[in-house]
Amino acid sequence: MRKWLLVLGVALGLSALAQTGKLEIFSWWAGDEGPALEALIRLYKQKYPGVEVINATVTGGAGVNAKAVLKTRMLGGDPPDTFQVHAGMELIGTWVVANRMEDLTPLFRQEGWLQAFPKGLIDLISHKGGIWSVPVNIHRSNVMWYIPAKLREWGVNPPKTWAEFLATCETLKRKGLQAPLALGENWTQQHLWESVALAMLGADGWNNLWNGKLKFTDPKAVAVWETFGKVLDCANKDAAGLSWQQAVDRVVQGQAAFNIMGDWAAGYMTTTLKLKPGTDFAWAPSPGTQGVFMMLSDSFGLPKGAKNRQNALNWLRLVGSKEGQDTFNPLKGSIAARLDSDPAKYNAYGQAAMRDWKSNRIVGSLVHGAVAPESFMSQFGTVMEIFLQTKSPKAAANAAQAIADQVGLGR
Amino acid sequence: MRDRIAAFLVLLPSLVAVGIFVYGFIGQNLYVSLSDWGKNPAQALAEEPTLHFVGLANYQELFTGFVDVRFRQSVVNLIFFTLFFMAGSLGLGLLLAVALDQSPKGEGFFRTVFLFPMALSFVVTGTIWRWLLQPQGGVNVLPTLLGLPPLSFPWLTTREQVLVFDWNQLPFYTALVVGLVLLYVAYRAHREGERKRRFFALLSGGALLLWALTLGRGVHLLPYPEPHGFSLALVGVILAAMWQMSGYTMALYLAGLRGIPVEVLEAAKVDGANPWQTYRYVILPLLAPITLSAMIVLGHIALKIFDLIFAMAGLDYAPTDVPAIYMYLLAFRGNQFAKGATIGILLLLLVAVVVIPYLASQLRKEVRR
Repeated sequence: MRKWLLVLGVALGLSALAQTGKLEIFSWWAGDEGPALEALIRLYKQKYPGVEVINATVTGGAGVNAKAVLKTRMLGGDPPDTFQVHAGMELIGTWVVANRMEDLTPLFRQEGWLQAFPKGLIDLISHKGGIWSVPVNIHRSNVMWYIPAKLREWGVNPPKTWAEFLATCETLKRKGLQAPLALGENWTQQHLWESVALAMLGADGWNNLWNGKLKFTDPKAVAVWETFGKVLDCANKDAAGLSWQQAVDRVVQGQAAFNIMGDWAAGYMTTTLKLKPGTDFAWAPSPGTQGVFMMLSDSFGLPKGAKNRQNALNWLRLVGSKEGQDTFNPLKGSIAARLDSDPAKYNAYGQAAMRDWKSNRIVGSLVHGAVAPESFMSQFGTVMEIFLQTKSPKAAANAAQAIADQVGLGR
Repeated sequence: MRDRIAAFLVLLPSLVAVGIFVYGFIGQNLYVSLSDWGKNPAQALAEEPTLHFVGLANYQELFTGFVDVRFRQSVVNLIFFTLFFMAGSLGLGLLLAVALDQSPKGEGFFRTVFLFPMALSFVVTGTIWRWLLQPQGGVNVLPTLLGLPPLSFPWLTTREQVLVFDWNQLPFYTALVVGLVLLYVAYRAHREGERKRRFFALLSGGALLLWALTLGRGVHLLPYPEPHGFSLALVGVILAAMWQMSGYTMALYLAGLRGIPVEVLEAAKVDGANPWQTYRYVILPLLAPITLSAMIVLGHIALKIFDLIFAMAGLDYAPTDVPAIYMYLLAFRGNQFAKGATIGILLLLLVAVVVIPYLASQLRKEVRR
């Protein structure tokens, strides 16, 4: 009997001690986004005090540098235990098709996440019967930002369609506002394009573009570029030199009326500029996209050959849990991917976004890696440059289709 | 003999290292550039990617493919950047050196000031100049200090192009330029009385020109006209690069000027040469080897430029694109490794065109000695 107890005791002790060793988390969250990750790491350390966490961040907007470093590490046979990646095709088209990731479906079943996350999201992170990463947060891409007081002063309302937008733009131009729409460098222009495209094609058309059912050269898709060109005429001409924050600044300072940007702009305006959401600044779905939530999500995956696999799995468990997501997201300025998170922890914008997240149709973002593989995404910047240089919808559409064929989009 | 063996043994480690890490990898890069690595996403980052040999398809695609219009513009950008940057740095450096050679007051101070930018890295230079070239600041408000209206040139954000030509004319222009250079070589050979060289230069130059003016006009790389030109957004980048490197050429020229024997200058004076003539016929010819070295150094810096443009305009702005940036985008963002390797090989060839004749001439001189 005593011997048996001893065995039990040793086994229990072992299982508690089992979680030792290291865990290397690879991400691009530093600076403003650092505290959110650190809070999550603190929570992990509380649960698994024996594990030494290595926080490997590579700075650089939207992970441009981190992704390059990750590629060299993976190719060199030195994968981190888990890494941050945009949920969706950015992971699938690069790493899953190359057979470098572990299928996380068992983890999703075990934790009951198939019900905790909305179906639209699960669809976006699934490929060939597997689920490949655990989404930690949700950002919305199709949001239009404005300052209500300024709009009242100019006597205009936030437009509901792009046609209305162009009319409003003319009104504002007549009132002496040179560039009613504030725009920044290349990727923010692509960001604007995806909002225009979603409005013009609708959620189904948008999805068809990425599964290959709708060609970029289809008249409907070419029309997106035509509208996009008109919308660009409303924007500032020095866009290429501005960061997205500087573009938001133009709206805040009243040099422009609107800005289309993801909802990290809300975080920037509340945290950095100390504005109050809902009163000092306000938002609406970008014109023509009411009822559709164009999402992007940061997620963590499990690369094959991770040195501390069990620790990484525990990390993923935490990342997907209600507690983990409600710790991380209020600090990050995003909302939880789970449907059951606690609204009281979020500000006015977050609460509004959470309502939409539950009720809206969910589609994925192009620029932020949800719907198209990196090989397409990175060359879409070139398509944008072709359009800006030639101003020809036809040329841009042809180039986009050529790239889609080249990378086998939708296959 | 024992000496030789010892020398060989001492050299062996570095020979092996250079053989593997320089020439081995150049070879591997060449092989990748002839493969299809990256075309199939499943293979792009696989553990053991299977590569298929595709010959020169990647090269052909870059120069004539529909999607790679950006590569072609980047090549045009690179050529214009190199030309203007070299001309500007050499000219400005020579001017500064001549000014300092007059031994003005505070010469040491100014020499340090002019040389100082060279100590900075291109990233720092790029960041500073990006701020200076903001539409509403820096350089554009400079005239207001003199009571003039501010400039409104959108330095780095303009999309305007000048000297626009059709890409289809490229074979024509290339043949024209090379033909003219060969004719010049023939002219030099004629002056130096080297008949064999004159004959061959004349023959090949003439043939090229003849081809350019007759059949060359009919060659079309693309089925449609594609305009390319000198993007004005590069002007700001060239300014920044000149600011950084003209101090270096100044230092080279100053050393050259100080190295000219006083006797030579005095002899010129005795012969009745005025200052202009002294510069034109005595000093500048004596500085020619320095100009050549400076051109090689500047030329290969210009051809490899990446960090300056990265810091000034970012990677995603096509008007200031150069092949090195496009290579990075293709390989590390788009996973198109074969195409990236192709651009790498093309850049290597370009630098080789600049450096190899110089090395060869140096080598020949040494042998002559």
